[in-house]
Amino acid sequence: MTEGDIRKMVEEELNNIAPEADLASLDPTADLREAIDIDSMDFLNFITAIHHRLGIDIPEIDYPKLISLKGAVAYIAAHLKPAGSA
Amino acid sequence: MVDFLMPSLGADMEAGTLVEWLVKPGDWVRRGDVVAVVETQKGAIEIETFQSGQIDQILVDLKSKVPVGTPLARIRSEGEAKLAAVPVAPPPITPAPTPAVPPVAPVVERPAVTLPRPPVTPTPAARARVSPAARRLAEERGIDLSTVTGSGPDGAITYADVERRIGAAAVMPERKRGWLDLSAMRTAIAAAMARSKREIPHYYLEHQVDITACEHWLAEKNASLSPDNRLLLGALPVKAVALAARRNPAFNGFYRDNKFEPAQAVHIGVAIAIRGGGLAAPALHDADQLSLDELMSHMRDLVQRTRAGRIRGSEMSDPTITVSSLGERGVEALYGIIYPPQVAIVGIGKAVVRPWVIDGAIGPRSVITVTLSGDHRVSDGHAGALFLAEIGKLLQEPDKL
Repeated sequence: MTEGDIRKMVEEELNNIAPEADLASLDPTADLREAIDIDSMDFLNFITAIHHRLGIDIPEIDYPKLISLKGAVAYIAAHLKPAGSA
Repeated sequence: MVDFLMPSLGADMEAGTLVEWLVKPGDWVRRGDVVAVVETQKGAIEIETFQSGQIDQILVDLKSKVPVGTPLARIRSEGEAKLAAVPVAPPPITPAPTPAVPPVAPVVERPAVTLPRPPVTPTPAARARVSPAARRLAEERGIDLSTVTGSGPDGAITYADVERRIGAAAVMPERKRGWLDLSAMRTAIAAAMARSKREIPHYYLEHQVDITACEHWLAEKNASLSPDNRLLLGALPVKAVALAARRNPAFNGFYRDNKFEPAQAVHIGVAIAIRGGGLAAPALHDADQLSLDELMSHMRDLVQRTRAGRIRGSEMSDPTITVSSLGERGVEALYGIIYPPQVAIVGIGKAVVRPWVIDGAIGPRSVITVTLSGDHRVSDGHAGALFLAEIGKLLQEPDKL
């Protein structure tokens, strides 16, 4: 799975939550809670969806790392490759 | 034979438009099954039946707008239906045995049409019984009914059974927004709030509550859980309010016809913001009886369905007290306006870290501001203060919630 694939998947899931958000023009480092108005229930649904699609475990303590588009993509990429390859 | 009536889904509802039948004559329904969809000012509401049995007759046509209390369909109770299931001629068409039935008086130009009685088809006993709403849900979600365990009589599959089967797989609801009309919703909110401000002498109290214990307890609990089963901090105050409401009946019930009627059950109306500027507060039924895990999963389901425009009738009309939470963003306190005919609303602000004195020393603690808007026709500030204090006390021992 390339970083492009991951980004596409993250955007799909965010689009499920915020269908009206323009993700293409979103600042990839912006806090998603503010940028596309998602609340804690939305965020939990997002984490749950990622968990189901990729099987990666995202402990609560790591939530802050996924709070931007860029952060979420990087986090998922790192956890999909436990061998540590970039 | 029992009439299935256009329900009242709130004090200000006078009529509703029937937009979808999920059953047809001959179908079996169980108490709690969604049988029709009614459009109201508050959006499209799924209407459940309170009677188990077999649909005998549909009395109101699609798109008809009829007053609250109008019979929509006739349901044969299970006993009657079993007798009728013996292949016999259709029962003679007699006037409904309930003389109190008001004549159908549609308020639209189009008259309600009574459908001709279809031939009675005996249900073969061998056929697995599936409620129509359950069948429809299963079809929508591509669930094979043979994989669903029925919990109804003789193993009949109910809507709730299919929901359970879908379970965690249905992380994302269908995004279809039903008939959610945000401008009509705004009109309904405005009408209810204007009425509240006109009729209810509100008083307001606030109380700051240290929720550090809740946060620690939650972090520890969630650490070992998969995302499906994790709790949100917001679930804890909802449970605390439910328990406190049970012990403080002056805040749980309805003010109608110039008197207060305390409610027997505690159905928390959970205020849910809808993307694009809507708000609804459907009931989390029997919240005081639910474990925190159950309460969280019911709340998750309720939020998803509300945002998708799929609230059920009983959820609209049942709330006995409302809780409005700002979540982790926003501001520290909100003062709610009571939703009539309820008599109280509790507001939960966002958690903030504040210097706090514990045992003579100052330390950082997570604090929320809990507010109460109460109805002076029913209670006063003294009782309100005890109610709020009890909520605060309950939040000090999250493991006992």
